[in-house]
Amino acid sequence: MSASILIADDEPNILISLEFLLKRAGYNVSLARDGQQALDAILRDRPALVLLDVMMPIKTGFEVCQAVRADDTLNGTRILMLSAKGRDTDLAKGLALGADAYMTKPFSTRELVQKVQDMLATPR
Amino acid sequence: MNPPKPSAPAPAPAPAPAPAAEHARARASKTVAQAVAGVAGVLALWLGATGAMLWATLAPDERSQAATLLGPRAALLLLAATVLLAALAWAVPRLHRRWVLAPALLADQARVLLGSDSAPDLPTQAGADLQGLAQTLNLLVAQRRQLRADVAQQVQLASREIEQERNRLAALMSELSQAVVVCNLDGRVLLYNASARAEFRALSQAPALADGAELIGLGRSIYTVFDRRLVAHALEQIDQRHRAGQTSPTAQFLTSTPGGQLLRVQMAPVRAAEAIEAGGAGGAGGAAPPVNGFVLMLANITLEFEQASVRDGLLLGLTEGSRASLGNLTAAVEMLEYPDLDTAQRERFQAVVRDELALMRQRIQDLAARTSQSLVTRWPLEDMLGADLVAAAQRRIDAMPGLRAAASTVDATLWLRVDSFSLLQALAYLAGRLADEYGITMVELRLTAAPTASTAPAAALLPGATAGPATHAHLDLIWTGQAMSTETVMGWEADAMRSGSGASPLTVREVVQRHGGEFWFERERVRHQAFFRFLLPVADAARGVLAAAAAPVQLAPHDSRPEYYDFDLFKHTGLSGALDDRRLDALSYTVFDTETTGLEPAKGDQILQIGATRLVNGKLRRQESFEQLVDPQRDIPAAGIPIHGITPAMVRGQPVIAAVLPAFHAFAQDTVLVAHNAAFDMRFLQLQEAATGLRFDQPVLDTLLLSAVVHPAQPSHRLEDIAGRLGVAVLGRHTALGDALVTAEVFLRLIPLLAEQGIHTLGQAREAAQRTYYARVSY
Repeated sequence: MSASILIADDEPNILISLEFLLKRAGYNVSLARDGQQALDAILRDRPALVLLDVMMPIKTGFEVCQAVRADDTLNGTRILMLSAKGRDTDLAKGLALGADAYMTKPFSTRELVQKVQDMLATPR
Repeated sequence: MNPPKPSAPAPAPAPAPAPAAEHARARASKTVAQAVAGVAGVLALWLGATGAMLWATLAPDERSQAATLLGPRAALLLLAATVLLAALAWAVPRLHRRWVLAPALLADQARVLLGSDSAPDLPTQAGADLQGLAQTLNLLVAQRRQLRADVAQQVQLASREIEQERNRLAALMSELSQAVVVCNLDGRVLLYNASARAEFRALSQAPALADGAELIGLGRSIYTVFDRRLVAHALEQIDQRHRAGQTSPTAQFLTSTPGGQLLRVQMAPVRAAEAIEAGGAGGAGGAAPPVNGFVLMLANITLEFEQASVRDGLLLGLTEGSRASLGNLTAAVEMLEYPDLDTAQRERFQAVVRDELALMRQRIQDLAARTSQSLVTRWPLEDMLGADLVAAAQRRIDAMPGLRAAASTVDATLWLRVDSFSLLQALAYLAGRLADEYGITMVELRLTAAPTASTAPAAALLPGATAGPATHAHLDLIWTGQAMSTETVMGWEADAMRSGSGASPLTVREVVQRHGGEFWFERERVRHQAFFRFLLPVADAARGVLAAAAAPVQLAPHDSRPEYYDFDLFKHTGLSGALDDRRLDALSYTVFDTETTGLEPAKGDQILQIGATRLVNGKLRRQESFEQLVDPQRDIPAAGIPIHGITPAMVRGQPVIAAVLPAFHAFAQDTVLVAHNAAFDMRFLQLQEAATGLRFDQPVLDTLLLSAVVHPAQPSHRLEDIAGRLGVAVLGRHTALGDALVTAEVFLRLIPLLAEQGIHTLGQAREAAQRTYYARVSY
């Protein structure tokens, strides 16, 4: 059975590409367009991995990440944060709030797929 | 700033020679006569006693023999005695003069010399032994005179140097664009400069009224502007850093004012001079020399801070926005590389690429438009009156051989924001090349405002220009002569400037870049003229006004430089002790006067004008004055207008008393009030207390009463009459400030006269004033 992945980003222009890419790689892909949708989808669908954008309306990626980590039942959810915030401090904050990895936009899609594969291969 | 007097001793009163000599002679002849008589008496006694003893040893027959032997020769004996007496009478005065009188005289004269260097030398015609003594004394006196002259000269030299240093410091301070305030440990202001004044004017709650003078002034407390704890904390930091081994530690703090302005303050300590000398060798390891004051350098960074915030925001928007877009683009482009896309999928990814590219273009355009003002210029520019710049350029070009410059049209109202040094260099360089390569001998300078959106065709618009006052100015260097190619002359823009006086590695282009300006070449074919045009930024309107206001601070024409400092205040620590016990010459005063609609405040008369000035440390501070017209909110009786000269038209639009009094109250805080016939003015102020809630509860001195204390017999104590008596020139009488200034001068002259009567302290002065007749007349 292929793993399920949730992509949460408010920019449709990135959603198009990521959805196509990950579906092509054989994953079960669902989408969320703001932080609240993302959190609801995580609780409902329990995806194995979430691609979480930091800058989203309603709830930021940081807030979603924190909420997920506060919930013990979501222990197995892997979080890969994607952000246009490239400063060291942002990265540190993301990892501190419980993200498993952090990628700064722009990133190479090949690296992203590789990263997703690696993360799904290691048990959390 | 009087030059200190040379400290030569005052000449002692010269002895009056004639009567003293006569007196001495009379006294001498008397003593001589006594001496002669004495010696004669002693001799007679001695002879008598010897004779008697001889007589007693003789037998009776020997006695008769002796009698017969001496009896007939008695006349001879008498003669011998007379001769002896005569010899004594001749010798004693001479001996007396020689051994008693002459040394006494010499001692007298030497004593005169002791008190005075200007006394004549000792006479040396006396006897040989005394002559030597007199000469030696004369030499000693001459030596002392020389020494004293040397000391006086050195003191004079030293004080002249100090004076020069002070002048240099004052000149430096007044020209400095950095705002500087020096305070003693009590936070009292000892020195400030024009820039500080301008900064404080911007901080003032009532800038139009008190002009910032209620915040800054000699002797005022800096703690009205800054929290005392901030300053204490900064001093503590300095102390810690000093202890940690830093040689000249400073501290910095940021503070915001009630008006929302952001100030950056840098503090450096002022240490006691003797301690620096003593501790100099010990270095940082030694105990901290006591701090007896501090220097504050202020910068109002409100605008800077806002600009920095805007800039940061833009920068962040640019990087993060671009990252996201680039991320989207990268992903979409990489998807397009998959060979197995169907047409619809391909079309979707291409749409993403087009979309993101358009977004990025838009973002860059927005950014460029918003930052063209703030990002371009980083070079420190100064505000300068355009006409001054043109005049300086004209002088500079005139000084070059074979070149003349003239000013054609110059907009005298334009304030430029320029680096005048490099700009003048560029102008001189261009004129020089015109002269060298095209034989131009005459150039013209022109300064005009650049057209703005409202006046210019759309194509000529500057980026960011909007309707309203000009944001840029045209500075043109014009010449008449043969046609030359644009390429040739514009090539000069990129060459290093080598003007007559000295070469510079800078190019005209770099100079223009410093100004965030532009530079081009234009021809006016009709007039056979061509010109180089510099497009330069105009000073911020608010800044221009500040600079204009700061320039003519010298209110009083006879003070060549405003008195922005008084280092004597350094000694003025410890303001403890009741005010009444403080000396009159050590207090700070606000001397004020009001003009009113009439003489009866109780019947509705109102204040029309308040004028005030300050006396600090015994000196009049003309530049720290307060003058404000007041709308009385009633008619002005025609009878009074010829006296105070204030017409209803003059007070129209002026603030009402409730708005003016808070500013005046702040101006007068912490000082003793002085007015002529103070009871009258105080009555007007007191009647406003209920409405404004402001109490003027500081001590009050009245020059009318003090004049009555000093000159009780004088029939008049009108201000003009006192001024005339005390030699105060009366100018601008019957404006509130004019009267306040005269009152202040009068008061300054009254202080020493009061001291002559034993009235030294504020308490004594108030008591004495209460006792005068005039004090019993009430309003």
